[in-house]
Amino acid sequence: MLENIRLSFQGIWSHKLRSLLTMLGIIIGIASIISIVSTIKGTNEEIKNQLVGSGNNTVDIQLYSEGYQYTINSSADIPRGIYEVTEETREKILDVDTVENVTCYKERINSDGVFYQNTPLSSVAIRGIDTSYFATVGYVIRTGRNFIAGDYTDFRKVVILDQTAASDLFRNENPVGKTIEINSVPFTIIGVVDEASKFEPTIHSIDDYYTYVGGETSGSIFMPSASWPIVYTYDEPENVIVRATSTDEMEDAGKKTEDILNATIADPESEVKYKADNLLEQARSLQQLSAATNNQLIWIASISLLVGGIGVMNIMLVSVTERTSEIGLKKAVGARKSAILAQFLTEAAVLTSLGGIVGVGAGIGMAQVINRISGVAVSISIPASAIAVLFSMLIGIVFGFLPSVQAANLDPIEALRRE
Amino acid sequence: MILKLEHIYKDYLQGKMTVPVLKDVSLEVEEGEYVAIMGPSGSGKSTLMNIIGCLDRPTSGNYELAGQDVLKLGENAVASVRLHSIGFVFQNFQLLPRQSALDNVALPLIYAGVRKKVRRERAREALIRVGLEDRVNFKPTQLSGGQKQWVAIARAMVNHPKILLADEPTGALDSHSSKQVMELFRKLNEEGVTVIMITHDRGIAEHAKRIVDIFDGEISERKGEDR
Repeated sequence: MLENIRLSFQGIWSHKLRSLLTMLGIIIGIASIISIVSTIKGTNEEIKNQLVGSGNNTVDIQLYSEGYQYTINSSADIPRGIYEVTEETREKILDVDTVENVTCYKERINSDGVFYQNTPLSSVAIRGIDTSYFATVGYVIRTGRNFIAGDYTDFRKVVILDQTAASDLFRNENPVGKTIEINSVPFTIIGVVDEASKFEPTIHSIDDYYTYVGGETSGSIFMPSASWPIVYTYDEPENVIVRATSTDEMEDAGKKTEDILNATIADPESEVKYKADNLLEQARSLQQLSAATNNQLIWIASISLLVGGIGVMNIMLVSVTERTSEIGLKKAVGARKSAILAQFLTEAAVLTSLGGIVGVGAGIGMAQVINRISGVAVSISIPASAIAVLFSMLIGIVFGFLPSVQAANLDPIEALRRE
Repeated sequence: MILKLEHIYKDYLQGKMTVPVLKDVSLEVEEGEYVAIMGPSGSGKSTLMNIIGCLDRPTSGNYELAGQDVLKLGENAVASVRLHSIGFVFQNFQLLPRQSALDNVALPLIYAGVRKKVRRERAREALIRVGLEDRVNFKPTQLSGGQKQWVAIARAMVNHPKILLADEPTGALDSHSSKQVMELFRKLNEEGVTVIMITHDRGIAEHAKRIVDIFDGEISERKGEDR
């Protein structure tokens, strides 16, 4: 066997150009498949890491009723038996091994009634947050200061804006120190926050735009949760955000937190329940969508592999004819049919495996070029490369079979007579 | 008796006509003999040689080789007979052009399942036996015609077969090289190898101890006293 492999390399080397041309079909086929697979994998990883984890692996656990996010607009909306998250519950959530950090907040989305002087800020989200909120969701103070303990104990009327709200209300002015009205109560702006790392996806289509950007156009205003009842109501239930230890653990962290929170609901019949956002699931369907289109590309690329395989068969048939006397001699000195068959099959397999290896290299190169030119994320898959090489070996064996059988069945007399 | 052919007939199909090539050929060869089968081209001598060498099967007749009825053997068993009992030498040497003399000689040992190290040792021994110890790593293109035939003979002998079967071994050689090849055959025969040589050249056939004439598919034998 080793002897056959050595002989195959010798044969390939002695017919460099012909071997290269034979391998070309395999090389092109494998290269296109590898580059397609690399782009799929790259895109999927991008979706997973950036969209799902928003770069920081946080999961929202919010109140839902009948499949819709439960919104509170007045004290009448407060669901029965659902209270603020207690310190005890918080600890329980933190004890979940996939949870790294937890924060609770009250929220009014699409809130009106926010004014700076006479300018209204519409559709803004207002959140009453605890001290760990910014750290958990990955916000950093850009200007001004963060909330301090005194803001909570003294029920200070202070707010922090995010970048969107700040620029909507103040354009280029520095908002820190200015006063805004929330439900006619004046609040002093003490700082502006921004995401620590921004996810800036490549937008290729309108679908991408909705996926990545849609909905995140209005700003947010944050106040200490202690000050919440000044403008809204007492004892409002809270939403929770947990940060998972990794993107893969987000589903687990979300689910466990959801269970802990639901266990605190006093009324087991309650229609309002906590539910973790399953962004991973959304991402999966998105990934499947991109994979589905790309799978078609893989099929097309496979056709070139088929063509390559036929090329191998063609050259092998020529090679058998050319080496008739060698085959005859080998049979005359006592080689069995199986030995001749093995020799030619090995040769075909070695040839196409080499083509596969070169193809994987070319595919990786092509993926990098695609990445440079179009900015599509690529990620090289080691198992896919290994499968590609094994597959090309298989092509050699399949398409080399007919020529090898022909060689093995050569009549030694005929073979020796032909010169 | 190492070789016994009885009433061998061989027909070839040429178009729709059956052409008899061998007609009732019977031949017995004792171990250690040196036989030349001589005849002009078209006499059927190559066909006879192919049958003796188990490369071809007769249309009818019996063939025993070293007491074995080779016509009853399966394909793999026949390959094994060729591997162990017969050494072939061809007119055009039939060396693998890209392989060294040593690798060419070692070829049959691959099929005998001999380990690489032992293969090389035995191939080297066989090359020494034919006097080519200084050409071990030469490629066939670097060897003269005579030397090529010596390599081919070394290859034929490497598995220590009982019979050396040579088809026009000097057909492509000049007279000097031919003489050397004949010398080598004589030496091998003296060492106990049964040599069967096919030739159309009377001068070459004279080197054998026994000459079998073949003409038009029939053989006639001249005993020593006829020569």
